Amino acid sequence: MSEVVVTGHAHDDDHHDHGPDKGLARWLFTTNHKDIGTLYLWFSFLMFMIGGVLALGIRAELFQPGLQFVNPEFFNQLTTNHGLIMVFGAIMPAFVGLANWLVPMMVGAPDMALPRMNNLSFWILPFAFGMLISTLFMEGGGPNFGWTFYAPLSTTYAPDTVTYFIFGVHLMGASSIMGSINIIATILNMRAPGMTLMKMPLFVWTWLITAYLLLAVMPVLAGAVTMMLFDIHFGTSFFNAAGGGDPVMFQHIFWFFGHPEVYIMILPAFGIVSQIIPTFARKPLFGYDSMVYATASIAFLSFIVWAHHMFTVGMPLAGQLFFMYATMLIAVPTGVKVFNWVSTMWRGAMTFETPMLFAIAFVILFTIGGFSGLMLAITPADYQYHDTYFVVAHFHYVLVPGALFSIIAAVYYWLPKWCGRMYDESLGKLHFWLSFIGVNVTFFPQHFSGLAGMPRRIPDYALQFADFNMLSSIGAFIFGFSQLLFLYLVIKAIRSGEPATDRVWEGAHGLEWTLPSPAPYHSFTHPPKVSDAEAHS
Amino acid sequence: MARLVVGFVLALVAVGAGADELNMTPGVTEISRSIFDLHMLIFYICVAIGVVVFGAIFWSLIHHRKSSGQEPAQFHESTRLEIAWTLVPTLILIAMAYPATQVLVAMYDTGGEDLNIEVRGYQWKWQYKYLDDDYNSTIGFFSNMATSQDEIRGRSEKGEFYLLDVDEPLRIPTNRKVRFLITAEDVIHAWWVPEFGIKRDAIPGMLNELWTIVPEPGIYRGQCTELCGKDHGFMPIVVHAMPEEEYDAWYAEKLVAEEARKEALSKTFTEDELMAQGEQVYSTYCASCHQPNGKGVPPVFPAIDGSAVATGPREDHLNIIVNGKYGTAMQAFGKQLDAAQIAAVTHYQRHSWSNNTGDVTQPRDVIEFTASQE
Amino acid sequence: MSMAQANHGKTVRKLVFLVVGMFAFGWALIPLYDLICEVTGLGGDTGGQYAYDPADQRVDRSRLVKVNFITNTNQGMVWDFWSDKGGMRVHPGELNEAVFYVKNTTGRRMVGQAIPSVVPLTATEFFHKTECFCFESQVLEPGEEMAMPMRFIVDADLPDNVQSISLSYALFDITELSGSQELPEGSSTDTLGGD
Repeated sequence: MSEVVVTGHAHDDDHHDHGPDKGLARWLFTTNHKDIGTLYLWFSFLMFMIGGVLALGIRAELFQPGLQFVNPEFFNQLTTNHGLIMVFGAIMPAFVGLANWLVPMMVGAPDMALPRMNNLSFWILPFAFGMLISTLFMEGGGPNFGWTFYAPLSTTYAPDTVTYFIFGVHLMGASSIMGSINIIATILNMRAPGMTLMKMPLFVWTWLITAYLLLAVMPVLAGAVTMMLFDIHFGTSFFNAAGGGDPVMFQHIFWFFGHPEVYIMILPAFGIVSQIIPTFARKPLFGYDSMVYATASIAFLSFIVWAHHMFTVGMPLAGQLFFMYATMLIAVPTGVKVFNWVSTMWRGAMTFETPMLFAIAFVILFTIGGFSGLMLAITPADYQYHDTYFVVAHFHYVLVPGALFSIIAAVYYWLPKWCGRMYDESLGKLHFWLSFIGVNVTFFPQHFSGLAGMPRRIPDYALQFADFNMLSSIGAFIFGFSQLLFLYLVIKAIRSGEPATDRVWEGAHGLEWTLPSPAPYHSFTHPPKVSDAEAHS
Repeated sequence: MARLVVGFVLALVAVGAGADELNMTPGVTEISRSIFDLHMLIFYICVAIGVVVFGAIFWSLIHHRKSSGQEPAQFHESTRLEIAWTLVPTLILIAMAYPATQVLVAMYDTGGEDLNIEVRGYQWKWQYKYLDDDYNSTIGFFSNMATSQDEIRGRSEKGEFYLLDVDEPLRIPTNRKVRFLITAEDVIHAWWVPEFGIKRDAIPGMLNELWTIVPEPGIYRGQCTELCGKDHGFMPIVVHAMPEEEYDAWYAEKLVAEEARKEALSKTFTEDELMAQGEQVYSTYCASCHQPNGKGVPPVFPAIDGSAVATGPREDHLNIIVNGKYGTAMQAFGKQLDAAQIAAVTHYQRHSWSNNTGDVTQPRDVIEFTASQE
Repeated sequence: MSMAQANHGKTVRKLVFLVVGMFAFGWALIPLYDLICEVTGLGGDTGGQYAYDPADQRVDRSRLVKVNFITNTNQGMVWDFWSDKGGMRVHPGELNEAVFYVKNTTGRRMVGQAIPSVVPLTATEFFHKTECFCFESQVLEPGEEMAMPMRFIVDADLPDNVQSISLSYALFDITELSGSQELPEGSSTDTLGGD
């Protein structure tokens, strides 16, 4: 993996005078951060649609008790691939796409630090996911062991296609690592004069920390899947009890990656919301410094709480207590962030354009997800919650109205800057309300079915869970189909939206808003002057 | 936003009222009740924090809007506030951690048990083995889901305990400390009985323990809670807690039956008996993959109807049933079924659908077969 | 621009170093985890062979600890596997023996490996084995039966609240893993991986 990485830092060519190439070649060979950002965003939307179709397959099967549409084997493939595609294909590439578009413009740089590697790190992804998705059509079926792929279900008992899955994960990891190196190099080396670290927009800050998290844990994931590969094909026994290995060790390694991974999916969201709320409250972000420190503390804590995913595995009492206390501690910096957002809104002069609606919904619904997270941290109670729908409700609350809403909010917020045209505001509001209702109708009842005892990852359930599952399925279809409205809105804005002003939003501050709309193909070829109005001071 | 508030208040009322379908079960054991109390305590703390935070947000949303002519304030930091909302949550967390630690310590108080039961997870069923005072395994049985494929596929009415019923429940006495030793045969499973407040992973090659004292007789139901493959959703756990004398009587009877079972291995059955017994075994162990009509789901689960194995030499047929087929989903049934059951199901498969080999398979044939393997 | 490029080279080198380091760390987790298991008893790992010196051990006659044995064969393992007794009551500090048996019921040569596990986890570090068949694997000819003594001591320092200890052995078929076809007859292989 590492040898791929070093090839990228070639001399970047300084032909800043020409525009984009024509046709397909523009997208295949582009080294322009805006083009690559666009590619990432469209790719992640495509993955979001595929992952969504899988999710609707799950919800269709669970609409009623009994098996109606799919067999249990295929159901397991649906849940597994839904998870993998949404996490690695939709949420993460969308954040990388946003970073590509925004980080250079926000720090006053002409482009990303390593433009050719940037191209490579995107173009790996279609191959990775092409490989993963193609397994669904192979004999024996695709991965069916859950996105957490616990051994030995994912090794000794896995379908043959697991090898494609392993290579797919390797490619995704390589892409993420290259993307992160690029983002860190851009932020550290390419800031305009006067843009000190503590003047950077929070989106840049959260991405800087996220990129370090990615560099720290993606190699661990790569190690884990490599060990799986060896166990499956070369007769080693890393996770095979028969040969002296330990299946529980797989879980430790996986969650050493997996817990920071969930913060990788939420820290950039914190950044986005911290950009949007001040704009529409027309008031500076409250507690900028503490936001930065809180993000860093969350990142640090994410490395020492992994075993809270494994409370039922059987651990000595001291271990259980340590992981319980450490996990509860995360509530403190997370709480600081929520309080800061609330204080930013407090006594502002708010307006409620679509990005702001999504951002406010983010704060409220993410907090609900945070509450259930705190409940899950309490070990004795976790014995009752573990692997039930309560957990499903919890992480969907932080990932859908959390991570995903922030991405949607970001698209509405910066789209006018990207394409120079406004989206349709009233349709945007409709999209928000449909999504907001859909998401709550889908996931709120899952708290109840989980508490009542419904295990996760089951294709069929006992009769007492029927009402909540039906409700949940209805919500899922509302939510799923309202995302087509989002697609329509974005296309409509790009093709025929009203021209946007340069500043776009009355209360917007930051270097990106000093550029014309749409942002020129090459921006900030000469470092801008960083005024107090456009940076945190 | 108004909808959310209404929904939240409704949920709060419902959970507070302890409505069955909405909340965690308080369960029947001391441990499960203290878990429930802990759960409600944290829930109410979260609600209280939620009321303050969401209250502030909604107050802002209503009063601090541009359309009501509000001029934005420009404050953006306050060290005192920042310190306050770091310290206060920390104190709240400590208040939560204290009772949580107490409950956890109580749960770890193993030892002093009256009865040991070994619980073993299989793809996709549970095995229970009872150990006597000298830890010798006395009786043991498999507990399979009793819900039929017809109910699952919607061809017949779903019963009251759809997916939560087994052919033979685990029986335990009330008021005695029962210790469960948990492990697994193949992949990781998890054994959970919500009303006892206990859940633990069953891991191949590793032993885990749990204990419970159930004060009230009753039938308690749970499910496997770790993804374990195809039929993860179809391996329920049913525990029948019986009054002590009743349990002792059942246990004594079971010991006698165990002797009888061993005797049956030397009996000769009629073909009708074999077919009847064989059909029962087939529907429990074979039908979920090979289908009730014997057609299977090729290529993953081959058909038995008309297959070369089920119409060919009996040794090959027995070999596959007893030893399984390595590298496929066909597991070895030699351990789970006794010779009488294997004889019956072999006979049934060889004389059902279009198969008709005309031979008769008796328990002694199976015993001979396994002996000949040595 | 060239200044920035020089910086990029330095930054990338540092970050690649971090990536390689974390990749190595992922692999280092395995010995690290084994070490932690051994020290804390996490995972019920009972450690390797214990050097028994009667002089070191204080026998606590006032106390009886129940030890029970659980023998299981894992999926795909068709050997018979049992112990001469289900369990025993022992004084901490005393050397005890139990005999386990395996029998290859098949018509082919096979290799078996027993994996031990102890609960409660707090007892693991106080459960010492001076001799155990789990330290190595067993190669059995068709129909062969083998008696395997296991000697153990429960440490006199065992915490008072532990009254019973369960020791489980799961027997795995490692014929394929160990490539036993090439083994000289009647030999035992070392275990694969650490124990």
